[in-house]
Amino acid sequence: MTTGQDASPETVKPKPPRESYARQIQGMGWGFLVKLLLMMLVNALGLSVILSAWNAEAWGILTASVVLLIAADVVYFSKRMLPLKYIYPGLVFLLIFQVFTMAYTAYVASTNYGAGHNVSKEQAVESALIQDERQVADSPIYPLAVVRGDGGLGFAVGVDGEVQVGTAEQPLEVVDGAALDDSGRPTEVPGWEVVPRAELLSDQELAQEVTSLRVPVSDDADEGSLRTREGSTASIYRSSLVWDEGAGTLTNTETGVVYTADEFGTFRGDDGSSLPVGFYVNVGFDNFVKAVTDPDYAGPLLKVTAWTFSFAILTVISSFLLGLLFALIFNDDRIKGKKVLRTLFILPYAFPAFLSALLWRGMLNSEFGIINDWFFFGANINWLGDPWLAKFSILFVNLWLSYPYWFLVCTGALQSMPGETLEAAKIDGAGSWRQFRSIQFPLLLVSTAPLAIASFAFNFNNFTIIYMLTNGGPRFTDTSVPLGSTDILISAIYQISGVAGGRADYGLAAALSIVVFVVVGAVSAIAFRQTKKLEEF
Amino acid sequence: MRKKIGMAAALATSVALLAACSSGGTTDPTPEPSASESTPAIAGGELTIWVDENREPAVAAAAETFEAETGSTVTLVQKNFEDIRADFLAQVPTGEGPDITIGAHDWLGALIEGGVVNTVDLGATAGSFAQVGLDAMSYEGQLYGMPYALEAIALIQNVDLVGEEAPTSWDDMIQRGIDSGAERAFCITTNGETGDGYFMYPFQTSFGAPVFVQDGGSYTSEVGMGGDAGTAFATWLAENGEAGAGHISTTIDYAINNELFNSGECAYTVQGPWALGDFPDVNFKVNPVPPAGDQAAAPFVGVQGFYVSSQSANALLANEFLTNYVATPEAMQALYDADPRLPAFEGVDTASAPFPDAIEGFQASADQGVPMPNIPQMGSVWDFWNAAQSAIIKGADPAATWTKMVDDLSASLAG
Repeated sequence: MTTGQDASPETVKPKPPRESYARQIQGMGWGFLVKLLLMMLVNALGLSVILSAWNAEAWGILTASVVLLIAADVVYFSKRMLPLKYIYPGLVFLLIFQVFTMAYTAYVASTNYGAGHNVSKEQAVESALIQDERQVADSPIYPLAVVRGDGGLGFAVGVDGEVQVGTAEQPLEVVDGAALDDSGRPTEVPGWEVVPRAELLSDQELAQEVTSLRVPVSDDADEGSLRTREGSTASIYRSSLVWDEGAGTLTNTETGVVYTADEFGTFRGDDGSSLPVGFYVNVGFDNFVKAVTDPDYAGPLLKVTAWTFSFAILTVISSFLLGLLFALIFNDDRIKGKKVLRTLFILPYAFPAFLSALLWRGMLNSEFGIINDWFFFGANINWLGDPWLAKFSILFVNLWLSYPYWFLVCTGALQSMPGETLEAAKIDGAGSWRQFRSIQFPLLLVSTAPLAIASFAFNFNNFTIIYMLTNGGPRFTDTSVPLGSTDILISAIYQISGVAGGRADYGLAAALSIVVFVVVGAVSAIAFRQTKKLEEF
Repeated sequence: MRKKIGMAAALATSVALLAACSSGGTTDPTPEPSASESTPAIAGGELTIWVDENREPAVAAAAETFEAETGSTVTLVQKNFEDIRADFLAQVPTGEGPDITIGAHDWLGALIEGGVVNTVDLGATAGSFAQVGLDAMSYEGQLYGMPYALEAIALIQNVDLVGEEAPTSWDDMIQRGIDSGAERAFCITTNGETGDGYFMYPFQTSFGAPVFVQDGGSYTSEVGMGGDAGTAFATWLAENGEAGAGHISTTIDYAINNELFNSGECAYTVQGPWALGDFPDVNFKVNPVPPAGDQAAAPFVGVQGFYVSSQSANALLANEFLTNYVATPEAMQALYDADPRLPAFEGVDTASAPFPDAIEGFQASADQGVPMPNIPQMGSVWDFWNAAQSAIIKGADPAATWTKMVDDLSASLAG
């Protein structure tokens, strides 16, 4: 507020406009050297990320880090992009931790990734072949030496004092003049170089070649082929599945069943059977459709959604009101020892929420809990086992956990409130209730309403309290999905995702998280718009 | 102009800095004249093994010998046992998974369905393993893991209250418990409100209601808990539940159960070998679980073992480690000492356990047990099964609740 006029017209000659400090810096000052050092570190870090991405053949990460690194150099060595110099780090973090996560969740939501659809098609075929290859019954265990020759790698095995050698193309043949050690393992094979064991164990590529090598026992393919796992013994294995890459089918040569991949990523045979291992495929919006139309999910999820909203809203309102009440009482000048009392009030807020929830779980136990013993004459009130009492317990414990926060916030807001307005109201003859209702409360709402919205968003996804106190129980008895009457959306998603056991359906869980994100986002946006009106008082 | 020089200098310096930091090697841009010389630069292969806290020291000991003899490097990653199943499923396909992991046999179905587990061949050592362990680690006749330990729950009784004699039936046990003057004749955990079918399973099997129908040793995906046998068990559960005799109550979770038994308030409880450390204040004896129905009470036998990843680039090393360094009497003994469960390898001396006498009781219980199903469908069972038991214990109509659970479960497995 200006009280007088002191802006007299300038009489002295105006100075030439000063150049900004940023423009005065001419290159190689100390500041530039520091910047150079910092940018060297940034570049070194970026290059090491790029190189390791190159090694790991992670092309997406490679492209992203190259672009980000070049952008960083351009931004910080260009003279122009001053604003970007400030916001670039923030933008990078936003990209990595928010945009990427959301895009990836959206991608998972469009697939059927989950139990039975856990790997790519290529890996699924590989696994199907692994699972199919079986040791021939009563196959002997041959002592083995890996040998190298003109025709590539081969196996040399000792059979009854003789040495037989074969390669992938050449079935086993007896080789004369070879030497065996005491365990019957070939040590010298004419025409072949025995690969030393140390080399086999240290050379990863060679080892992979050895474990994938199959040496036919004879010209008859049905007799199977030799295979080694650890490079020192071999047994006879036989596989019946054949992968036809062109047709995209797996054929069982023994039964003649042809397995074709269906649209859901499962190999189905023409006799109706299917292979255990499948792969993930894009299913479009199926997961979203399933979440709202599948009768198994739609009903329970609707109930869960309703409880999620009630839980979040009731928690915010109850803890706000209780916190405000205590803040008002302990803001009164007549109360002694305010500092000590206020500190005590903040204690529940200082404990980790998951610990408090576990403690409350024990205290609310209907038979051994102290709540029943101390306050209800030892009655067996099943706080966590009855759907409505469990809901009440959740709200109560969360109230206990979160009212200190509102106590703190409201105390702060009350103390920063201008004293004159209250004094003016008092002079106008307003009672204390009137003062609170017309002056203190509206002013308080201006500063606390945005916090209330944030608190709503937090409680909407307050997984800890649900998981630790009731784990979503007691279970719904009228549906077949494993959800319960205190499950909120986020804990329901956790159940469905199958991380804790059960059959995983990450696709559906990701779709539901996107729905939750949209709901929380929309509610918060609308509420924030409403709070603007409060400021117009 | 100056700026450009500065920028070039910055780039050049950072490249130089980087070159100085990394020891070059894989991405060196200048081609080496002798490529064959640079290949053995990595001395020995590398193995990554996931292991939990308990068994880490034992595996570390085996790994040390392995490293010394082969020149390989073994990295042990310590993880929570409960996290391993989901993490292994998620990380193996990305190439970030381990070469070997420790695990339980009932994960096998999910691991196979997920395409993340390789077959193993125990070779000459196969004869040293307990057949029940090998069966549990097999799926459709293929062996997928190396078993090393078995575990089963058993009846633990307070010797000072009810003596050492094993009760012959549920009724016998309850009578002895009541006669002993203990506050509670019998305690069992229901994991609080959640319900716990695992601990209740011996009683369920004594009515002849297995989780899945067995066909010649291996489980089919047909739910076997329905019918009269299942209803009989459900009725028994209700009779002894909170609305009935009150021997089984959802107020008792794992910790409360062990606390009650340790304080002498319970005469009998059902627990596994891992919980014995919770009972320092009582003298106890371990016996097989008495039947409640007319058949033997068969608990689940769980098998612990090692799996090899299907995407492992070091399959040869991994198999070498398992067959020649873990499947040895010394390594198996070390595993037993680190985490005393019933050994699945012959020749392990069980006297070194903290409770050598108890091992006998658990062994007897395991002998009359059945392997926990390792088919992928088992993962769907727990939620339905536990919840139905919890509801019945709390007083829901036993027959209706149980039948609905069996129907829901069958529908869920079919769909």
